[in-house]
Amino acid sequence: MSKPLEGILVIDMSQFLSGPSASLRLADLGARVIKIERKGSGDLCRNLYISNVEMNGESSMFQAINRNKESFEADLKNPIDKKAVFQLISKADVFIQNFRPGVIERLGFSYTALKAIKPDIIYAEISGYGKKGPWKDKPGQDLLVQARSGITALTGNQDSDPTPMGIAVADIFAGSHLTQGILAAIFQRDISGEGCKVEVSLLESVLDLQFEMITTFYQDGGQPTVRTKTNNAHAYLGAPYGIYKSQNGYLAIAMASIPVLGNLLECPALLVFENTQSWFDQRNEIKKILANHLLTQPTEHWLSKLEPADIWCAEVMNWHKLMQSEGFLSLDMLQKVQMTDGYVYETTRCPIRIDGELLTSTKGAPKLGEDTNVISQAFLAN
Amino acid sequence: MQPLKGLTVLEFSQFMAGPSAGLRLADLGARVIKIERPKTGEAGRNIATKNMYMDGSSLVFHTANRNKESYGADLKNPADLQKIRALIAQADVMTHNFRPGVMEKIGLDYETVNAINPKMIYGTITGYGTKGPWVKKPGQDLLIQSLSGLTHLSGNADDAPTPFGVAVADMICGTHFVQGILAALVRRNKTKLGAWVEVSLMESVLDLQFEVLTTYLNDGKKLPQRAKVNNAHAYLQAPYGVYKTADGHIALAMGSLTKLGQLLDCDALTTFQEPTSWFSQRDDIMAILKDFLVQKTNNEWLAMLDPHDIWCAEVLHYERLLSSEVFRLLEMDQYIPLQNGEVFHTTRCPIKFNEQPIFSPKPAPRVGEHTDSINLEFNLL
Repeated sequence: MSKPLEGILVIDMSQFLSGPSASLRLADLGARVIKIERKGSGDLCRNLYISNVEMNGESSMFQAINRNKESFEADLKNPIDKKAVFQLISKADVFIQNFRPGVIERLGFSYTALKAIKPDIIYAEISGYGKKGPWKDKPGQDLLVQARSGITALTGNQDSDPTPMGIAVADIFAGSHLTQGILAAIFQRDISGEGCKVEVSLLESVLDLQFEMITTFYQDGGQPTVRTKTNNAHAYLGAPYGIYKSQNGYLAIAMASIPVLGNLLECPALLVFENTQSWFDQRNEIKKILANHLLTQPTEHWLSKLEPADIWCAEVMNWHKLMQSEGFLSLDMLQKVQMTDGYVYETTRCPIRIDGELLTSTKGAPKLGEDTNVISQAFLAN
Repeated sequence: MQPLKGLTVLEFSQFMAGPSAGLRLADLGARVIKIERPKTGEAGRNIATKNMYMDGSSLVFHTANRNKESYGADLKNPADLQKIRALIAQADVMTHNFRPGVMEKIGLDYETVNAINPKMIYGTITGYGTKGPWVKKPGQDLLIQSLSGLTHLSGNADDAPTPFGVAVADMICGTHFVQGILAALVRRNKTKLGAWVEVSLMESVLDLQFEVLTTYLNDGKKLPQRAKVNNAHAYLQAPYGVYKTADGHIALAMGSLTKLGQLLDCDALTTFQEPTSWFSQRDDIMAILKDFLVQKTNNEWLAMLDPHDIWCAEVLHYERLLSSEVFRLLEMDQYIPLQNGEVFHTTRCPIKFNEQPIFSPKPAPRVGEHTDSINLEFNLL
């Protein structure tokens, strides 16, 4: 199968996670992605956004985000290097950057400048908070965007501190939305012949992730967000929605009729909640009854009562258990990739299947500047 | 700019993941027609947050299904099915999230549709893919989060597994679905051929964890350790977290702890000069900060840190954020008049083309609202 973006060239000047996660997706869909990295130090992700796990000289984060890409090292303040990058862009379909507002103009790679050398370029950019207003120059960093966006009021229980999501969701959703915009723009360019500028911001993307809650907030007259006292999984949903401790682990129960649950679980205290309105209005009370009851038997016991009755429930797993499960193994979700020096590491693959086939790739992340010479010779011969 | 103008999408999908993808395609300019069971419509019309409804359908339904049309059809009725087949012959994209096997039974599986319309982009969303023991499990967001390991990343070390308080599996899967569909449309421009695009909630929420899963796979498979207090990310070093102050909370992201200690005038932090200790003694450091930061207000701390480019932010709730000047300038919300006279207030598409935000004044349809007009327009007899 030919991958859908075969023949597309992406020049990626973005750093950290948001932009690079978009170019990773484009790469897995078949595009050729060349990272333009700062001479000597490279993508700031190589040094600043790091876990405590190093893999072949780089943080595990960088290795996960930048596989299946090439690296071209350039000093954008040096006229010779800058000219080379311009030449690359003149052959590209897509350009990506995520500098703070104003920086790219100073470097000379604004949309206007690039349109002059490649009129149908698709110019994609990610900012932290858009380009006007009092936050425009603030650092577009995931945790800070989460903090400002209201999302920390949704996770954890009522008396917990504001609880961030333990994944860089602002970065990842912004990257995903940018990918959507880029793909829509390529589709349109192939019809109209015209490029365009595509923009997303971390803040707008993480607000879009909350579109359900924000819309509820608008319609309920601006009531404060209230998480449930215990077992919270969604501030705007009634009982039993949550994760509960059992005798030997945890289980999740999603939407269900409370009296039906009461019968299946042999918990008579739940039978009085006949009115569906009470499942929301008295959710703290219901969850408390349920939490105490579920402690008395192991997870398997409860699932064996609930699953045959089509109640939406599941065991809570950690990665050890997940990766040993037949369900996970059937997905074929992992792949091994190799760096040019021979170092092999395992990672996840692209989550999209096309025509029944997986989109896999064996190429690991590049060492800083490892493709500079080859690219120079191929693209910049004259 | 409406990059997908001229495309017709048939949405058989229900609930959140599929419809959120349909909404994105609609906002990008496609015409999205929901194919719904006559009278009752899709099941999502009755899934409500806070028991809230508008114009006969849940608020959540309105949120994910604005800017669409509705065609009523009973897929078990041969006459209706014939019309749907004729509609499929004239459409560009169709999406569904029925459990594996259902579309085969109805007779609208990929092979059959491809024979009717070889240019069709056929999109399927499942909970867990199409093989293995989980195939028949309900593809519901909280269950997927729970099985995927995601609940071990938020909250503190001693907390129970803590799910993300939004339907993050649905939402991320919806974005991947749009990506796959758009990539297939790009390929179709060249090859004139359709495609079958498949995503699942489980694969998508595993992809959401790609960085931390990669870390796990290469560090000898050590399970994630959330910080004991103020956790914001199991794999990042102190001070990364959210901290209580005298009048609220602030977030502190990555940065030099030495510099932070100096700026805050926190002597207890000066002992952690060695950057490797910011990981190895993360819990000690964060406990010191936790006790220290309650002494002053958000504004006092930010005044000490902001000018020095320390990555910090005040924690806001909807009350303050959505009434702020920042939010007003983002133009992130829109008002949509409903047919019963109510006005629906919601957010817009987060993508801009040529600096223009995309607003779409069309509300969610009533069940079967466009059946007659679509019958006429597409000549469905």
